Amino acid sequence: MEGGQTITLTALSITFLVGLSRAMILFIVTSGLSFVLGVLRVPNVAHGSLYMIGAFVAYSISTLFGGGSLGFWLALILAPLVVALISLIAERTLFCHLYEREHLMLLLFTFALMLILGDLTKIVWGADYRSIMAPTMLQGSISIFGSPFPKYNLFLLIIGPLVAIGLWLFSTKTKMGKIARAAAVDMEMVGAIGINVSWVFAFAFVLGCLLAGLGGALVSPTISVTIGMDHNIIIEAFLIVTIGGLGNMWGAMVGSLIFGITQSFGVLLFPQFAIVFPYLAVVIILTLKPTGMLKSVW
Amino acid sequence: MLFGHMLRQKSFGISILIFGILLIAPALLPRFYIYFLAVIFVTALLAMSLNLCVGHGMLFQFHHGVFYGVGAYTAGLLLAKTSIPWWMAFMAGPLAAALAGLLIGLFCIRLNRLYFGMLQISLGSLIWAIAFRWYALTGGDDGIHGIPIPDFIASTTGSYYFVLIVLGICLLLMYLILKSPFGSTLQAIRDNPERCAAVGIHVRRHQLKAIIIATFFGGVAGVLFVIVEGSIFPDLLFWTLSLEIFIMCLLGGWFTFAGPILGAAIIVSLRTFVGTYTQYWTLILGVILILLIFFLPEGIMGYNYRQLFRSRASEDQVESFNASG
Repeated sequence: MEGGQTITLTALSITFLVGLSRAMILFIVTSGLSFVLGVLRVPNVAHGSLYMIGAFVAYSISTLFGGGSLGFWLALILAPLVVALISLIAERTLFCHLYEREHLMLLLFTFALMLILGDLTKIVWGADYRSIMAPTMLQGSISIFGSPFPKYNLFLLIIGPLVAIGLWLFSTKTKMGKIARAAAVDMEMVGAIGINVSWVFAFAFVLGCLLAGLGGALVSPTISVTIGMDHNIIIEAFLIVTIGGLGNMWGAMVGSLIFGITQSFGVLLFPQFAIVFPYLAVVIILTLKPTGMLKSVW
Repeated sequence: MLFGHMLRQKSFGISILIFGILLIAPALLPRFYIYFLAVIFVTALLAMSLNLCVGHGMLFQFHHGVFYGVGAYTAGLLLAKTSIPWWMAFMAGPLAAALAGLLIGLFCIRLNRLYFGMLQISLGSLIWAIAFRWYALTGGDDGIHGIPIPDFIASTTGSYYFVLIVLGICLLLMYLILKSPFGSTLQAIRDNPERCAAVGIHVRRHQLKAIIIATFFGGVAGVLFVIVEGSIFPDLLFWTLSLEIFIMCLLGGWFTFAGPILGAAIIVSLRTFVGTYTQYWTLILGVILILLIFFLPEGIMGYNYRQLFRSRASEDQVESFNASG
């Protein structure tokens, strides 16, 4: 890239793969947001904060176990559960009392939650930069077309589709998943046949937040964990669900792919303004199709 | 005719009284409080401009801060980097904000409610990102400080009077806009968009106009910010600020005309006085918001909105009865 005159095919394909692995993280976070949107019809603004908390909890757990491989794997399992627990508490103590109210109030509640969780994170972990080591087996890189590609990104490329398949199986094959999808379409009818809608909502909210926590734990070895990562991710996640189609899981996947790939090509071509590329893609898509690419569940 | 209606209102007398008190206030107050009041005025104008969309149009303008920032950056950059006369820079701020409002509005207006708000947060963040990254022009995250302000408003008292007078003019204009046929149509759209569309009102076009007007006034607030503070920085465009002004509208009462002013005064006072004791201001803001949601969803001035509405309606009837009699 010296002088920027030669961009080889190898560089392009590596850029593509990096974008793809970034898209997997985005997908995991965004699918959670989209799930909550689909069932509760509320854009959970605190989603990004839960993602950030997931990353910080992963840091703490991995440090607790000496920063080794065991710590990482435990963190990957426990951090999402801790985040799910936090969201369950917030949901059952406060949020669930608002379901009868206007939607704006639900949205504002998640705003408030974002503000509070953001500062609580600062109180607990401070404003320093933290980093986590990937486990030994995922450190280093492998050679693709003669260029190095981090093993950890390869791991992300495997995890992402696994989560997608898992979510798809859950929502189409299990009873709970079917109830959640039904609640997304007609909540009153679901209540009328004797299902406790409040608990369906609680379940959907917690599952969505769990995915945010998982995303946070997964991203933690690739970036420095710090305050403020919540703001970036929530805006990206909003954009992705908007271009994908609200509440549509496959829309979240398509949106994440577009976002991740345009972002990494932006880094390759114009590093300083890389951040602008995905937004341009969003503007183009929404000009052509204002309600997103795939069918929205609303 | 509109003026006549306005002059007959009791609240108009109160407003004149408050304005009079504020005119002589600088003679009595220490310098810090003059500055503090000027900050409240700027924020109040910002919150009022947002409420044109939110309270009167039910448009979820979630990222109104962007237009404030665009106004401030335009005026600030023109003053700091070019030699054009100050009044042109001041004019350019609101116009740039209104232009940004038109562009973002064109995208958002096609979507409904929350979708609208989400897209606005996203597109607004794009402007933030540009201001944040473009070091050569905007100074990046440091911003630009020590912007040259024309001499007659450079002092604390001078800027206070300038801000106060501009605020007064803007409030008057907003009041007239809301009482005009356009304002009534906007509020009718808020209350029943389907019906308005059915009787032949172009709903989207009216909403877009409301956005442009609101962003214009947001830009005026941005210019006033530059006058009071003499600096610009990317936090002006950041969406936590937008959220803060949204809370001001809710807190004061978003279905009332003057509610946002009260909300702005409360939040700015809290931020100034509580903020000096703790660095966890957003935590407090979050708790305030939760308390509002649970206990005072229509805000302080609007908490009795329905009843107020009813009594106001009957008052108007009596008034018109008296007038005809």
